[in-house]
Amino acid sequence: MATVSFKQATRVYPGSDHPAVDKLELEIGDGEFMVLVGPSGCGKSTSLRMLAGLEEVNGGSIYIGDRDVTNLPPKDRDIAMVFQNYALYPHMTVADNMGFALKMAGIPKAERDTRVMEAAKLLGLEEFLARKPKALSGGQRQRVAMGRAIVRQPQVFLMDEPLSNLDAKLRVSTRTQISALVTRLGVTTVYVTHDQVEAMTMGDRVAVMKDGLLQQVDSPLTLYDKPKNLFVAGFIGSPAMNLLKGKIVEGGVRVGDYVVPVTREVLSKAAGEDSLIIGVRPENFVVAPTGVAVDVDLVEELGADGYLYGTLAGLTPEEKLSAQQIVARVSTRTPPQRGTSVKLNIANPETMHVFSEATQERLND
Amino acid sequence: MPQFLSARPDARLIPLPWELPLADWPTGLLVALPRGISRHVVRFIKVGGSVYAAKEVLEHLARHEYRLLTELHRAHTPSVEPVAVITGREDAEGNPLDPVLVTRHLEFSLPYRSLFAQGVRAETVSRLLDALVLLLARLHLVGFLWGDVSLSNVLFRRDAGEFAAYLVDAETGELHPRLTDGQREHDLMIATTNLYGEFCDLQAGNLLDESLEPQRLVESILARYRELWVELTGVEEFADTELSRIEKRVRRLNALGFDVAELAIDTLADGSRIRIQPKVVDAGHHSRRLLRLTGLDVEENQARRLLNDLDTFRARTGQSHIDEPVVAHQWLTDQFQAVVDAVPQELRGKRDAAQLYHELLDYRWYASQAQRREVPLAEATAGYIRDVLTTLPDEVVAAADGRQLANPFDPSQGYADDDDTPMPIDPWESGEMPAMRADVLDIEALRRKARESGSAL
Repeated sequence: MATVSFKQATRVYPGSDHPAVDKLELEIGDGEFMVLVGPSGCGKSTSLRMLAGLEEVNGGSIYIGDRDVTNLPPKDRDIAMVFQNYALYPHMTVADNMGFALKMAGIPKAERDTRVMEAAKLLGLEEFLARKPKALSGGQRQRVAMGRAIVRQPQVFLMDEPLSNLDAKLRVSTRTQISALVTRLGVTTVYVTHDQVEAMTMGDRVAVMKDGLLQQVDSPLTLYDKPKNLFVAGFIGSPAMNLLKGKIVEGGVRVGDYVVPVTREVLSKAAGEDSLIIGVRPENFVVAPTGVAVDVDLVEELGADGYLYGTLAGLTPEEKLSAQQIVARVSTRTPPQRGTSVKLNIANPETMHVFSEATQERLND
Repeated sequence: MPQFLSARPDARLIPLPWELPLADWPTGLLVALPRGISRHVVRFIKVGGSVYAAKEVLEHLARHEYRLLTELHRAHTPSVEPVAVITGREDAEGNPLDPVLVTRHLEFSLPYRSLFAQGVRAETVSRLLDALVLLLARLHLVGFLWGDVSLSNVLFRRDAGEFAAYLVDAETGELHPRLTDGQREHDLMIATTNLYGEFCDLQAGNLLDESLEPQRLVESILARYRELWVELTGVEEFADTELSRIEKRVRRLNALGFDVAELAIDTLADGSRIRIQPKVVDAGHHSRRLLRLTGLDVEENQARRLLNDLDTFRARTGQSHIDEPVVAHQWLTDQFQAVVDAVPQELRGKRDAAQLYHELLDYRWYASQAQRREVPLAEATAGYIRDVLTTLPDEVVAAADGRQLANPFDPSQGYADDDDTPMPIDPWESGEMPAMRADVLDIEALRRKARESGSAL
């Protein structure tokens, strides 16, 4: 087991004028499950591949433990790409299907058997070891593939969108299984996905990337509760955070006809700006006697709670078409009616996020 | 309603029962062809005289593979031809079904499992590996990172005495402007692991010649690939008195079946040393020449053989002073076509025309040796049809594996005589699945988890 460090690691593709990964500085702890997430083209897969040795590093360096691996070939890095090879061989038993690469590496039979048995126990596959893979389910096949990586006992597991070829149901169950497994194994894991829900539910920490730049790396809850900038705020969470632009006025920021209270201390950080962006997660809104007036377009009921979708009140029908959608979680016992207008306030001021429009950075604590 | 994405659509595909999962298609529409194992549902479907391979796969993968195969085809890299992606499928109850990627079935092609099922000599395995290594190098030359190099993802075609390999599965592939050494090494690492597994599997099924050792076989793949890559791309430096080495390098590449489209030649500082490096090489040196001369589009080694025969014909008929295209036309009608036409219709599915002509030339040479006279072409043709062709299995659709499959349309389901004892209880799948939605972030569950582990914020 080992730590992984990206030190100012940079990758510039030939013919491109800006880096695919720009001076990435990231420390991954021993045994940590680190998820790299971001939209397509953000540099997350490139970062993983730099660690795997599949992409040249044009600047900076990469360490596994205290070993500089920047220029080592992939096979000498002691890493395992998980789920790279799913094919199960029909003439071989499940045990041989899991352990064949150890045989190729010249590991003695007794040792191979022990490692395969340990992995099978972890994966709930003990009873299957002597069988041919003929009738295994999709999930069992996945686990055999995972077993192939586990028996190698690498220092680091790498997983690049491993769930992207599974259907939704298998994806959810495999997600849970992988995180449970990796926790039990305690092997440092770097996991890449474009799906923020997957990232948030699996990672010990999550690194959010955009345009080759690391935006924020934190625990899932910190990312959710204290996003450092507008991009992270909008990217993490589903439904997404409401980001409302308003003019700075005495005592706060005016959104529609309502002045959202913002402390003087926060406002003073936006010297020279005349508007700010207020961020509110859907579940932090409450329907109240005062607040931002919103015309209700739709209420989606999901059991005891539901989501209200609307737009700022008082817009013309044309303006409504292009207006920003506002989403709030509401109780469905007395749900607001479609076509009416409600006032939304922020239940707890501590859950409010304030961002500078100019720098996109978070202004409040 | 299903939607078809296709550059060259086959209208006969449209009325097929796309509202059924492929696994439930009526067998009347299917052909049981031997093929590699796959983690997806794959079926061969027959419409009119054409056979297509259909694979059920998630939409982004289907589109990705369709695009990649189109690009590979455009770059003349041996790969199956993509035909269509069918999306928007729904069953009778309106439930969505996975999209289907349709590719054209490669005629006269042989999956490795059916080759091995017939018993394969050690030299043949060596030729198969040569073909695979050549394919891998050609893919790497165009910047294709395969990601899942394996015998299962390749189809072989006979190519005179050798084999030609075609890529059939590009699902994991990526096209880059140029591959780095690390990327190529990664593909090689996957190739060795996968092929080692496949050879061990053949060994476990008693299908691998006893003299062959999986470990040695995969080591030889690495050695062959590296040797070929150096020849195709390596820098060579020599004294200015050895300029003939430029010509020699080009000839060696031609002999390997490559044309040199760009060769960088640098004179080093003091002018006494020359450095050369091929920058662009195109495979198909002989097949392109044959195509130009005769219009025949055949595999590389078949072309080499046919061109040799054309040269012999030219010399024998005393036409060395006549333009090559003129003689080539004569050769095509008097020799090649005459032989092909002599084959009865019902035997034409045994071998493709160029392979048949190649085998006939072999047959004629042995017959002439045995009889100590030059056996005329027509006589040799009749003998070849009688002694060889009639005894061969059909290869338009390759011969089936020796054992009985559990499902003739799906080898991934194993063999009929496999262990059929009930499956053990799986502790991971016996419980209730958590009722989570894949696309909604349950932040309360995360907060609970954090509280439980005592690491909240």
